[in-house]
Formats: sequence, C-alpha cells, structure tokens
Amino acid sequence: MTIRAVNQTILYIMLSIAALFILFPLLFTLSSAFMSSAESATYPPRLLPSGLHWDNFLQVVDTVPVIRFITNSFAVSGAIMLGQLITASMAAYAFAFLRFPGKAVIFSLFLSTMMIPWEVTMIPNYLTVRSWHWIDSYQGLIVPFLASAFGTFLLRQYFLQLPKELFEAAKVDGCGHIRVFIQLVLPLSAPSLATLAVYSFLTNWSNYLWPMLITNKESMRTVQIGISMLQFEEVTAWNVVMAGIVIMLLPSLILLIVGLKPLVRGITAGALKG
Amino acid sequence: MEKEITLASPLPRESSRSKKAASLRTSRWKERSLAYFFLAPSLILFGIFLFYPLLKSVYLSLYLTDPQGRVASFAGADNFKNVLTSEVFYNSLWITVKFILLTVPTGVAAALVLAALSIQKLKFTKLFQFFFSLPMAVSVGTGSIIWMVLYHPTLSILNYGLSLAGIPPIAWLTDPKWALLSIALMTVWLNLGFNYIVMLSGMQSVPEDLYESAKIDGSGSFRTFFRITLPLISPSLFFISVVSIISAFQSFAQINILTKGGPMNSTDVLVYNIYQDAFINYRFGIGSAQALILFVLITLLTIVQFKFGEKKVHYQ
Repeated sequence: MTIRAVNQTILYIMLSIAALFILFPLLFTLSSAFMSSAESATYPPRLLPSGLHWDNFLQVVDTVPVIRFITNSFAVSGAIMLGQLITASMAAYAFAFLRFPGKAVIFSLFLSTMMIPWEVTMIPNYLTVRSWHWIDSYQGLIVPFLASAFGTFLLRQYFLQLPKELFEAAKVDGCGHIRVFIQLVLPLSAPSLATLAVYSFLTNWSNYLWPMLITNKESMRTVQIGISMLQFEEVTAWNVVMAGIVIMLLPSLILLIVGLKPLVRGITAGALKG
Repeated sequence: MEKEITLASPLPRESSRSKKAASLRTSRWKERSLAYFFLAPSLILFGIFLFYPLLKSVYLSLYLTDPQGRVASFAGADNFKNVLTSEVFYNSLWITVKFILLTVPTGVAAALVLAALSIQKLKFTKLFQFFFSLPMAVSVGTGSIIWMVLYHPTLSILNYGLSLAGIPPIAWLTDPKWALLSIALMTVWLNLGFNYIVMLSGMQSVPEDLYESAKIDGSGSFRTFFRITLPLISPSLFFISVVSIISAFQSFAQINILTKGGPMNSTDVLVYNIYQDAFINYRFGIGSAQALILFVLITLLTIVQFKFGEKKVHYQ
C-alpha cells in the first residue's frame, strides 16, 4: 500500500466514526419508529426492530392531527420564505444600486437588527399581536418574520458581484430600475435567492417559542409545538412518538437534500465578504 | 457599497441648462423615492416588530404590570434593582455562562474538524457532507424529543452502551451535576449541521491554486491546514463564534422540553428565567428588565468580540 492509500483509509475511518456519532440519534429514531411498543420499552434496548410495524404511523395520524400540524408549518414557513425573498431582495437592490440620502445610516440600522435578541422583543410583540387579535392566526405566526436583515445582507453582497457591463447595456436600452430589478437582477441572482430560500424555510420551520406563545388552539399548532403532544398522549409508547418524529422530520429532510448545494455555496458569500 | 449605477437617466438634448438641471433633479428624485419604496416593507416590519418592542421593553421595565400586560404602577428602577440583587438572577447568569462555555468552543471545533476532514476530494465526500449537515434539518423541538428518549431514565440506550463498558448508568437529566452537560451535548449536536455548513462553505471558497502552490512547496497537510486554510477561513470562524454565542444565550426550547429549568434549577438559563417571569408569573416588567440586561450583555460581548477578534480575522 502506498502512503496515499493508507492516508485515505485513515481518513475514511475517521469520517465514518464521525458520521456514526452524528447519525446515531437519527438512525435510532428511525429504527424505534418501526418497533412494536413492547420492543421500544425493553431494557437492554434493542437496536433493530423485529419487523416493520407500519401501523405505528397510522396510530400517530389517529392520535394527533399531524397532517394539520405539517400543513400549518408548511403554510407558515412557506409564506415567511416568500415574504423574506421579496422584502430582502427589494431592500438589497436599493442598497446595492440606488443612490439616496441616509443610505449608510439605514444600512447600519438594518445590521443592528441582527443584534437585538428575540427575547427582548418577545414580550412587547406578544402584547402587540394580542391587541390586534392575532392570537391563533396565520398572520400572527407569519407577519413578524417577514423581513430579514440577514437575507438583505446576503443578497446585497451577491448583487454587488454581478457584472457591471450588463447594467451598462440595460442603461443604453433605456431600461428603468424596476425592469432591471425584475428582468435582470433577480434571474441572475437565482443561486443566492435559493440559498436564502432554503435557509429561511429551515430556520422558520424550527421556530418554537413564538408559535408556542401565540397559539392555543390545536388546529393552529405547528409541528414543533404539536410534537410534544405525542409525548403526553401516550406515556410509554415511544415507538409511536418516534414514528411521529419521523413523519415530522421528512419535509425538512427532503428540503435539505434538495437545498444543501445552494446552502453550502451561498451561505458565506453574503455573511463574510464584507 | 459604493458601486452605484444610475440607470435610465434621460439623455438631455436641450441646450438650456435649467431644463437639464430640472430633468436631472426629477431623475434624482425618482431614484430616491424608488429607494425608499424598496426599503419601506423591511423598515416598516423592523419598526413594528423590532425597534418599537425594544423601546416598549425599556418602558415596561420601568413599570409593574397586571396579568393583562397593562401598566399598573410606576416602578422606576425597582425592577432592575430587584433583578440585580436577586440570587436567582446571578445563578441564571452563571448557568448561562457555563452553558456557553460548554457549547460554543466544542461546537465550533467539531464543525471545523468535520469540515477539514470532508473537504478532501474522495469518492464518498458528498455523502459524508450530507451526513454532517443532517442536524440542520432537525428542529430543536424534534431534536429535544429524540434526546429525551436517548436520555430516558430507565430505557436510555446511552446508559446501556456505558454499561457494556462497565460504567454505571448516568441520570442524564435528573442529576443536577449532569443535566446542564446533557443539554449542552444535545445542543452541540443540534447546531452542528449549521456550523458545519458555514465552515464547509468557507473552506470551499479558498482558492484551489493556493493549495496547489502549497503542495509544490512541499507543505504537508497539517502545515497547509494551519498556515493556509485556517487564516483564510478566519472570517467563517469568527462569524460562527459570534452567531453561536448569541444563539447559546437564546437557547430555550430544549430546556423547556427536557428539564424545565431543573433539577434544582441547574439548567435555569437566563432566557428560561425571563420566560417564567413574563409568561408564567405574568411579571412583564421584571421580565423586560431581565431581557434588557441580557441585551446589554450580548451587545457588550459582541462588541468585545469585534474589537479583539476581528483584528485576527483575515479578510480577502
């Protein structure tokens, strides 16, 4: 064996050990989801189920309105994602291409919002949303998150890297800013828009505290809050709980598979090359 | 920031200067109003849901409120005095600091090592990259339930693993000595996906030819890593440290689901304390005062990080 081959083998072993550690909680979840309730409650614990107990998944759907939770989460995260793409790309265009007084001040104002921790705003926001009677409503879950300073910053960095010649050509053709924005800048920025889309969807899918505060009705709960209902419904049936978790993990997992590439490619482009 | 382009400025053909100036003024004016129009949605949203609440927090922190959140009486600095003289607050602060020390350095180091290992172009690199990113798809709510089973007092598979190695079982979440550590371990795992993605992204943006020339110079892989990769990804490292500290300060869901601040307040971090004061005991004033103290702490810490950390950061 050459040194290179030895090195590669060591690297593979290290990668596999690391992967095992990281995947273990997820593999354990998947495996438990297919166990019978007796199998999931034995000690020493089993690593693999004796057979595939698909009925766990049916039981989840029967006990808890999972489909409703997933639909809610999809609606909320999807709407926030779309909204952030629109507000952030508009603001980013202004910062990148337009001249106006107060630009530097407004830009630092945007950046400063990233510093304000959510807890500081949580109490007043709760009071605001309640006074608007937005408790248990989609707008209450969506509207407070529609703007994103991180997204604006990410897109602005990307817009600034677009080739200048294109804009010269558009200028000669007599294109106005709105046309340039919609027909030139947005299509050319598809990669960074994809990055923002994936990032925004995944982070909002994970929102926990806010949905917990402003939803009381079961029909308005999102996945993150609904999930803890499983645990109280069935005290010992961990197999059913895990089946519920598998169902609730699927959407974000699929999105990660599709979106990993734009995420890795784009996430530092905006955040770091200041 | 200064790369600005004026588009569609009408080409003035008139010889009269005043007309030229007037049309220039209109196009300026058009550009400005367009800019404010483009910024308006974000600014209005930030105004309502970030800046107004920030000021409102200051206001609330000076008052006592009834359970409806209505102001009952002026308290002046009393809320702050109460917070700053209470043992519970300092206990929470100390737990928060411990939690940050447990999660941030480990999380950043783990992500760095994983990214360094999986950046090499091998057959299954892409697959490993996907594996290491996976926790990003796990939300804190779902992650907490998964770890609740792993830490289960009687069914814990982790304890079973320990017993195979002859180690007595650990009461992960019920022993005050272990609870915070257990939450920290779970949090490191949960945040690893995002940290890893940022780190990998930073490493991928290091130009290929730098590695080539390092190789030609006969630099070994460790030397290359410390001399070339590390300085060049220092912006990513810095970014991740700042973000990790802020998010560690804000960790709430896993504590609410796994320990509820216990056992014996051993996991009662600041945010959990604020949540309890405001939304369980309806003491919005005290809650706001604590939240503001937290804000000041985070801001100071971030300023310190920028002051001292950014000097060492190498921007391309």
